[in-house]
Amino acid sequence: MATFYGSRNKTMERHVLLRDIDVPNIREIDVYLANDGYAAWKKALTTMKPDDVISVVKDSGLRGRGGAGFPAGVKWSFIPKDVFPKYVVVNGDESEAGTFKDHQLIDCNPHQVIEGTLLACYAVQANTAYIYLRGEFYEPAQTLQKAIDEAYARGLIGKNVLGSGFDVDVYIHLGAGAYICGEETALLSSLEGQLGQPRLRPPFPAQQGLYAKPTVVNNVETLANVPPIVLHGAQWYRQFGTEKSPGTKIFCVSGCVNRPGNYELPLGQYTIRELIEMAGGALQGRAVKGVLPAGSSAPILPASALDTKLDYESLQAAGSILGSASFVILDESVDIVWAARKMVRFFKHESCGKCTPCREGTHWALQLYNKLLSGYGTLDDVNMIGEVAAQMSGKCFCLLGEFATSPMLSTLKHFRAEYEAFVRAHSGGLRNGYDDELIREHVIDPAGNLIAGAVGQKRH
Amino acid sequence: MLREKRAQDIEKVLAKYPPERRRSAVMPLLYIAQEEYGYCTPEAIREVAEIIGCDPTEVKSIVGFYTMFYEQPVGKYVIDVCDDLPCALRGADRFVSHCEKKLGIRVGETTPDGKFTLNTVMCIAACDRAPVLQINKQYRYALDEQTFDRMIDELP
Repeated sequence: MATFYGSRNKTMERHVLLRDIDVPNIREIDVYLANDGYAAWKKALTTMKPDDVISVVKDSGLRGRGGAGFPAGVKWSFIPKDVFPKYVVVNGDESEAGTFKDHQLIDCNPHQVIEGTLLACYAVQANTAYIYLRGEFYEPAQTLQKAIDEAYARGLIGKNVLGSGFDVDVYIHLGAGAYICGEETALLSSLEGQLGQPRLRPPFPAQQGLYAKPTVVNNVETLANVPPIVLHGAQWYRQFGTEKSPGTKIFCVSGCVNRPGNYELPLGQYTIRELIEMAGGALQGRAVKGVLPAGSSAPILPASALDTKLDYESLQAAGSILGSASFVILDESVDIVWAARKMVRFFKHESCGKCTPCREGTHWALQLYNKLLSGYGTLDDVNMIGEVAAQMSGKCFCLLGEFATSPMLSTLKHFRAEYEAFVRAHSGGLRNGYDDELIREHVIDPAGNLIAGAVGQKRH
Repeated sequence: MLREKRAQDIEKVLAKYPPERRRSAVMPLLYIAQEEYGYCTPEAIREVAEIIGCDPTEVKSIVGFYTMFYEQPVGKYVIDVCDDLPCALRGADRFVSHCEKKLGIRVGETTPDGKFTLNTVMCIAACDRAPVLQINKQYRYALDEQTFDRMIDELP
């Protein structure tokens, strides 16, 4: 289960989110209750009006941790007061390559996620919450369901909670393998039993979300921030982070580092370089070549940007995004063309097919990368990749298509020379070290010939 | 018949959603159907469609859209190995090649005895413990060739 998680990633005296590092077994309800657990929930129900909860979250400046960074309290305040029923939907689809923070929160500190969900329900006066987890979270879902059942048994969820007159139910809904369901309107469609495809906005979920009713959609990590904010207040929360990026954030570090893992840090206090050092530095003492600050969706940053501070504004100024803060580290031994192809393959696989620029763009981009990686690429193909990405940019129905252009455009921007060198150095499959994976994916045949139209297929 | 065999589970699923929104139950019901039939058979799809009150074609489109619903028979153990970028930076591609060799099949295939199906998958949110796989949706973390072989050899 939770093997590997532990105190080695201790980055704060007392963690706000990854409290499992400080308090062993906090996933058990008795341990959680003994450590301020559900104290915010009791405080809200007995001493606060719903609007007070919205106010304190607004004042805290908490921004959405799923990627967009939109202020959570402001989002809640958009929910109309006179329309019923309303819903809270928790986004636990966590599918961005390199992201595994919600996984740890659910495995190791599930009650804090539940408590945050309950507080959101109370704030917007929703009587039902759905926690949408990706289908692969079959095991974490069992941990979370056990925690929900315990909370029901203690009267913390259900009818007339703690005698307050407020009724609330919390249900888990499992997805079934589709990255696009992390996009909030696609998630709602999926929850309604439709294909997980995004919807046009407006209307926004706050007006017409789940079942066309007012709906708050928040990320798991965002909601885990809410209990400590409600309990200790906005000023307490603002001791962490910067004016525009308050609070702490979980940074997922993976790839070429010695100690990959989740690191909780105050926003804006440390740099990418320091984060990599916390994660044990690059493998075998190699130099860092590039960093993806939000998995495949974020433009890659070259080593020259390692002194960028870890907050929303600084990463944007550096030409990338903080997003979900899933830092994938590439060291000098990594082939950029190979890495970019992996990311383009991801988006080709995950494009939902709704809009043409994304569906066709990712298809043709992967064809071009296949050609390059198998050694049949030309400099014209390198240029064509840039053109395909430019054709997609700004024309796709949702952000997935925009994200798909990131690995192409940003690697071309910072590492174009590597592309050109790759074209010059490789010719014809079965010679360049990628044979196994290219044959496996039916890109080349066992004799090394390129297979036309090969872009993989739905698995079994 | 699903409705007789899994009546309780089906009721539990339906109770999560408003009565007029039964369609929301399509994915949880397909999981139940898959547990019973092994994959989403035409019969399973018809039954799920009947329960939620929609056309089987619509249920079939859901099965086709999501990767975790199987449209053909699979092995007793479905092994999904992540070969996405973060895992690949930790040797996932070499690891998948080893899995193929150990099982004697290529990715996407099932062993002739029907015991194992091997797939590669996109990121499964455990990059800190790469290479990682799921076997019948159970995580196995921080694998190497030896631990993989042992896992395979010990499975009944």
